[in-house]
Amino acid sequence: MKQSVTITVNGVTHTHDVEPRVLLAYFLRDSLGLTGTNVGCDTSQCGACTVLLNGEAVKSCTVLAVQADGAQVTTIEGLAQNGQLHRVQEGFWEKHGLQCGFCTPGMIMTAVDLLNRNPHPSEAEIRHGLEGNICRCTGYQNIVRAIQYAAEKA
Amino acid sequence: MAKYVGTSMKRREDPRFIQGHGSYVANLSLPNMAYMAIKRSPYAHARIKGINTAKAASLPGVVAVFTGKDMADVGNLPSGWNVPGIKVPVQKVLQSDKVRHVGDRVAVVVAESPYIAADALELIEVDYEPLPAVTDAKKAMEKGAPLVHDEIADNVSYTWSLGNKDELEKALASAHKVIEIDLVNQRLIATALEPRAAVAQWDAFKGEMTLWTTSQNPNLTRVVLSAFLLGIPEHKLRVIAPDVGGGFGSKIPTYPEEAMVPWVARKLRRPIKWVASRSESNLSDTQGRDHVTKCKLAVDKEGHITGLYVATWANNGAYISLVASLIPTAFYITLLSGLYKIPAIYGEMWGTLTNTVWVDAYRGAGRPEAAYVVERLVDNAARELGMDPVEFRRKNFIPASEFPYQTPVALQYDSGNYQALMDKAVELSNYAALRAEQAEARKQGRLVGIGIGACIEASGPAPSKVAGALGGVTGFWESGSIRVHATGKVTVLTGAHTHGQGHETTMAQIVADELGIDINDIDLVHGDTAVIPNGMGTYGSRSTSVGGSALVRSAQKVRAKLMKIAAHQLEAAVEDMVYDQNAGKVHVKGAPDKAKSFGELAFAAYTAHNLPADVEPGLEEDAYYDPANFTFPNSVHIAMVEVDKETGATQILKYVAVDDVGKVINPMIVEGQVVGGIAQGVGQALTEHGAYSADGQLLAANLMEYAAPRASLFPSIVAGRTETPSPHNPLGVKGVGEMGTITSTPTIANAVVDALAPLGVKHVDLPLTAAAVWKAMQK
Repeated sequence: MKQSVTITVNGVTHTHDVEPRVLLAYFLRDSLGLTGTNVGCDTSQCGACTVLLNGEAVKSCTVLAVQADGAQVTTIEGLAQNGQLHRVQEGFWEKHGLQCGFCTPGMIMTAVDLLNRNPHPSEAEIRHGLEGNICRCTGYQNIVRAIQYAAEKA
Repeated sequence: MAKYVGTSMKRREDPRFIQGHGSYVANLSLPNMAYMAIKRSPYAHARIKGINTAKAASLPGVVAVFTGKDMADVGNLPSGWNVPGIKVPVQKVLQSDKVRHVGDRVAVVVAESPYIAADALELIEVDYEPLPAVTDAKKAMEKGAPLVHDEIADNVSYTWSLGNKDELEKALASAHKVIEIDLVNQRLIATALEPRAAVAQWDAFKGEMTLWTTSQNPNLTRVVLSAFLLGIPEHKLRVIAPDVGGGFGSKIPTYPEEAMVPWVARKLRRPIKWVASRSESNLSDTQGRDHVTKCKLAVDKEGHITGLYVATWANNGAYISLVASLIPTAFYITLLSGLYKIPAIYGEMWGTLTNTVWVDAYRGAGRPEAAYVVERLVDNAARELGMDPVEFRRKNFIPASEFPYQTPVALQYDSGNYQALMDKAVELSNYAALRAEQAEARKQGRLVGIGIGACIEASGPAPSKVAGALGGVTGFWESGSIRVHATGKVTVLTGAHTHGQGHETTMAQIVADELGIDINDIDLVHGDTAVIPNGMGTYGSRSTSVGGSALVRSAQKVRAKLMKIAAHQLEAAVEDMVYDQNAGKVHVKGAPDKAKSFGELAFAAYTAHNLPADVEPGLEEDAYYDPANFTFPNSVHIAMVEVDKETGATQILKYVAVDDVGKVINPMIVEGQVVGGIAQGVGQALTEHGAYSADGQLLAANLMEYAAPRASLFPSIVAGRTETPSPHNPLGVKGVGEMGTITSTPTIANAVVDALAPLGVKHVDLPLTAAAVWKAMQK
């Protein structure tokens, strides 16, 4: 039994009929074709699916699309403005904060939220703030450096 | 003076990844696509009495259901590495008689949506008769153990041994001390963040199949699918591995799903997509390690190592994977000399089959297992002799003057200076201060430990002759092509594959310097067999030493052709021409303004208005590089840890890594590989375990149970380098991708044992979870 949802994603409002069981992650990927948000697990551990829901980082694999009805969502595709990278994206590029890139969208969105809440985090606070995001390639060190770079750029 | 090589330039591939435009297989959507899901066994071992697919087939939206009977024309999964005497069990893409591990494949559903496919899976009824299961590598060989394959006695697929056995037995008999450890190198799950996926599209009119797959080696996959599984001629099968989200070895083998998806696409004449969930990945991706080992180290009174004996039972899981038998044989026993001069070494192993998921290469692939054995023995030996572990290692290092060094276990190490390596590690870590800190902490009753790992590995597989002699079905050369366009722009083709390693940057750095051109004029293409017909892929830290060397050879051919054209056009002899790699021009010796630029010459090659008689138009050169030897990166890491007395939890206080990976192309990317590798090795040491219950249930079923490390586990790692170039490839590079993983596991293990040494603890098996360490403390 499908339900109608209206969700504004990266500033564009979409109305779709979805089954109640559809996760926000798959709504973004399959219904809207925004495949930047990746799915890396099935138990809400890895964080690759992280997006901003009404400005707060959430794991979109653990939000139903129907729960996001009426909400504002920002995905990785919506971060850069007018061709200008967000300072977090810049930091990841400058500091080699990615290797295979699969965890990167979720990492970046988590980092954006982290810096929104805590503009000048210590290294320990950054590492703690990243506990919900798994990276298998980098060992996290350059991700920490990327976020420190972005924090300084504010 | 190189312009690009040696610089930490930003990665050219990053813009698409940081903006959410990576082209991963799961992102692919084709018109009229249908979705495939796989029915997998919930039992570790069971006979299949019957499969009823009627309910599933009649669910609205289900297109088809297939079982083993339908896919009878798909070949059996082959073994690509066959040590002498190996018994390779039959493995079909779908089982009809027996399932042999939790996750083994029984049927396939195709539906209009992945949701309907998942619903349909639950409607497939399989009548199983559960059988007893065996999961332990060693116990599988015992009398009465259930047979995983009826035709393979004792569950032993292969055995292998190497070394000077007589000398070793004499050394053990005459030793001042023999240090013995029984240890386990535990099962790991690679856990690349991107689960495996495949999409296939069949063109019935041309008889052409296109397969997009999450592979580290699309050409190799194409060969196997074509020759063994699907019967599609190689040149009619296009395999594309686009952006791939990590591999670490688990995306090397040719998987049954990579055969099933194209088979279904051809049968149904629709594009087919399959994407694994994380749980499905854990039940089907090749896993790593899983050795049970008895080892002995003989030492004399002065602290020299006189002999090393290793006996290992290596778990292969329920089926033999593509290169399974390479890992615990020629990639393991041959590395047992470590960094040390050991006159007598003998290693023997049994490769057993159990009711678990299959095992193959995982970051390091045999070399971490060897390093762990050697470094645990060395560390215990130092302690037993009352010697400082740094001094004990120094006393036994192969001297820098003895390279190339022939070990008693086949390998000839190319170059190294282990004293200098240790010097740097000791200096960077301020080792003396660490020991002082530890002494203070011990006075306060704190369990602080310092661990050292001094390791070597053989990377850059492999000389094809050697591979063939050892059991490899294929060779291990690499291809590299340089296609110069009339405009002077360059397309570089490599048979290697980047899934995080940054080749779009590093290989361009190499070619830019080889030709003396702007790096922005270069594009790297990889991962598509239609564009790169021949290649061996990326694993074993081979891309730069083998793939990069192929590009150097191609560049040499390009330069040679340009020299001929320039000589002709400038009316000079070719021997009098100089290729200025800094300026990107060819000029007459001693007359730098009698020159032609790269761009002018490229254009000339295509307009062909004035070429020498013996030079064809065009400017495209190919090369295949077959390495003369492995390369031998080496590494010393020093770590300080603290074990919590109440909980047994380990905190890493300091971590210093010094790695010799030969010459480096991009120091930033090299450091990224080292630190990323360390994270995985630390994961093995402290948190990860692909654990099975006694009856074969995979307990580490998903990321809730499999503890891949998080950011908060690590301190800031200090990474330094020494450099002994490899003498046998034109770049002087050694592999880097796996070295960090190999050294970090024994470094942390030794640190924890050192922390517990005052309590009399001599060894604790991995992973060193709080529970495991706490238990060891109580004994």
